[in-house]
Amino acid sequence: MKFSMPTMRRSLHVTVVCAAVFLFLGAGDTDARFRDLGHRMMCTCGCGQVLLECNHVGCTTSDKMRNQLLAALTRGGGGGGPNAGTGDSDDLVLQGFVQDYGPTVIAAPTATGFNRVAWIMPFVALALGIAFVVYVVWSWKNKPTPALAGGIGIPSGNELDTLRERARKETDQ
Amino acid sequence: MSLIGSFALVLALALAAYSFVFGLVGLFRRDAMGARVAETARRAGIACFVAVLLAAAVLVTSAFHDDFSIEYIRQHSNRDLPAAYKFAVLWSGQEGSLLFWSLLLSGYGFVLRLRYKTDQRLFAYASVVIAAVQVFFLLILNVAAKPFSMASGVVPDGNGLNPLLQYPEMVIHPPMLYLGYVGFTVPFAFALGALIMKYPGEKWINITRRWTMVTWCFLTIGVFLGAHWAYAVLGWGGYWGWDPVENASLMPWLTGTAFLHSVMMQEKRGMLKVWNMLLIFATFLLSMLGTFLTRSGVISSVHAFAQSSIGTWFLVFIGLTVGVCTYFLAANISHLKSEHKLESLVSRESSFLFNNLLLLVVCFTILWGTFFPILSEFVQGHKVTVGPPFFNRVAVPVALLLLLLTAVGPLLAWRKTSIESLKRNFLLPLIGSVAIGCMMIVFGVRPWQDPSYFYATMAAVLAFLVIFTVVSEFVRGGRVIAGKSGQNLLAAMVQLWHRNTRRYGGYIVHFGVALVVIGILGTPFNKEVEKEMGYGDKINIGPYTLVCQSYTMEDNPNYGNEWAIINVFRGGKQITTMYPERRFYKASNQPQTIPRIYPSFREDFLLVTDVYLVYEGRNEETGRPIIKAHLNPMVPWIWTGLIIMVFGTIIALVPNAAPVRVTAAAPVQEPAHVGVGD
Repeated sequence: MKFSMPTMRRSLHVTVVCAAVFLFLGAGDTDARFRDLGHRMMCTCGCGQVLLECNHVGCTTSDKMRNQLLAALTRGGGGGGPNAGTGDSDDLVLQGFVQDYGPTVIAAPTATGFNRVAWIMPFVALALGIAFVVYVVWSWKNKPTPALAGGIGIPSGNELDTLRERARKETDQ
Repeated sequence: MSLIGSFALVLALALAAYSFVFGLVGLFRRDAMGARVAETARRAGIACFVAVLLAAAVLVTSAFHDDFSIEYIRQHSNRDLPAAYKFAVLWSGQEGSLLFWSLLLSGYGFVLRLRYKTDQRLFAYASVVIAAVQVFFLLILNVAAKPFSMASGVVPDGNGLNPLLQYPEMVIHPPMLYLGYVGFTVPFAFALGALIMKYPGEKWINITRRWTMVTWCFLTIGVFLGAHWAYAVLGWGGYWGWDPVENASLMPWLTGTAFLHSVMMQEKRGMLKVWNMLLIFATFLLSMLGTFLTRSGVISSVHAFAQSSIGTWFLVFIGLTVGVCTYFLAANISHLKSEHKLESLVSRESSFLFNNLLLLVVCFTILWGTFFPILSEFVQGHKVTVGPPFFNRVAVPVALLLLLLTAVGPLLAWRKTSIESLKRNFLLPLIGSVAIGCMMIVFGVRPWQDPSYFYATMAAVLAFLVIFTVVSEFVRGGRVIAGKSGQNLLAAMVQLWHRNTRRYGGYIVHFGVALVVIGILGTPFNKEVEKEMGYGDKINIGPYTLVCQSYTMEDNPNYGNEWAIINVFRGGKQITTMYPERRFYKASNQPQTIPRIYPSFREDFLLVTDVYLVYEGRNEETGRPIIKAHLNPMVPWIWTGLIIMVFGTIIALVPNAAPVRVTAAAPVQEPAHVGVGD
């Protein structure tokens, strides 16, 4: 297969632009990104801790993973090292770790595909719950008041407010 | 010994089965013969406790006598294990902890059956339900998880207790947690009994109120002791990792808390009867689910026991319980109609409704997050991790709303609250708490820079709002009494509490919860430094300078250890010496870190910080220790908050000084009223 010169030039331009994009994506504060990404991954030794919070005695995994993360963040871009193809963007760093350690290395479900359900459901439950409570309160409030036997009237409106005010004053004294 | 233990368990199973079957017969036959049969069932229930107690005593005695012919003792004890931990062997493994469950359940049943004269028929129903649960546990102990199985060969010494469990709190934490888990069986049994027999009125709630509060208190202590154990033993500087087993203990606590609140609506207004049934059923089932999670191996957790077949037993039992509860709820739902209606959205009743909603949403979130990995594996073919970032992001905002409600709820009156009254009672606490938020910003917290700082600021504002409303409630009520009686304010507040212990005890619990939140909100400001330290080497962290004075090794029959002597300086003055340590247990061949913690109450008072030192290990080349130092601000308030929560619960359990007088001329109770309300 032969490539014409313009095609090669265009390819070179695309490569340079992509490299620049990755470079800028990774140009943030490395410490902050290290903290952020380190809290978005789990230590894989089985301790169940977030990577940067795992410091239990005898853990052989977390130090290696932290060094790997730091290396991925401080690399000039391009790749190499244990995560072949890892650039400097957060997504690529995470992808590299997923390739190396499996999907369970990510500390929380990603906001893609079926994993979105994990994030949505609690808020759906909250919304449904609020709707239900409001409905219950509304339907109770609009229930007709049962009449008392013996013709005893139940105070309402101004009369009820007067009684309430009287009760408040008497007990506050 | 093992024969006696095995025999005791078989006998206990027979007695529990008798208590269940003939208890049922007694309930169906309403003649003199039925009454006699019911009485024998009650006595069988009492005798069952004695048999289970004997089995547990045999197991503990076997641990003390180093009887390694019993497989369980061989697995969980050794000759040089200190005496207190030999006692803890009872609950340190699968079989023993199930026996402990059974012991506590039969103990609760024992007390219940002795107090049966309070209401013989309702107690008989509850006794049958407890006997059914007891049969389930004793069946497992006799068939699937036998604590007295013989070891395959003779061994000179046992494998020893897991080093993580060799800590004084581990002698207290599991019993507390189990007392909580098991204790919810009692209100569950009464609720189911009352539902089956269509028990009139709310007497079953009055009977179980103290049971529920004591149980809730045990569970609270258990959950917090677990967190403290993780903090003081695991050496990672934190106390809560959203581990599935931690979550399992939190879920029944949340529904139990919701029940404690909503049950007041049933007592006072005859409302939410179905809801309360559902809540106590859910609490019991979640306790069972927690036990299932730790024992089935379906979810990986550092806390879980070895994977075994008893998960199936629990699933079947949970399924049966759901079936029975659903059937009787559907059959007798007409009996549970509300007696009153809600009059206003701004009322104590609606605040309880929203409180319940938020507690259940947090509970659902935790349940959902705990089981989502299984669901993901089923749908996507691979597991995903649902760790702390998920729970923090989803549950924390809802928990903050809950905190807001904790502040506002007590200021609302039953039935209806005027906006004017709410303003009057709420204004000062609100100003005070907003001032706290402003102070945080002045002192350098930037809530707009990071979500964790935002949550910390919001949590501080809301926690202080709770504290200020609680204090204002006490002061306002105290002033009314002081004005009438001429007492000083403090004496008046004590009298105020004594008039309605439950209400003011509850406020103290809220105060404790606010302190716990204040303790948690320090997390984003944690600091840590790790360094290899030779003689005289220093670590600077925050305002502290840590100087390594020395390091050494020791040896005893149970473990060998390495430890460092670290002098802690602040402002050039030595304030304490700390001894972080690492042990190596000989029987189990496992290392264990012993972090040392210094809370700076003396130096910082309200802004207390834990200086937390971990002996991480030793550099093999230099022989020098590697020390990790953490500064964890505010953490001691979590444990202080727990003490206050327990104190508040005890206060709430004290009987009122005098009966509350209710007059017909006062249809509405404002929150400032003294001695009335909840």
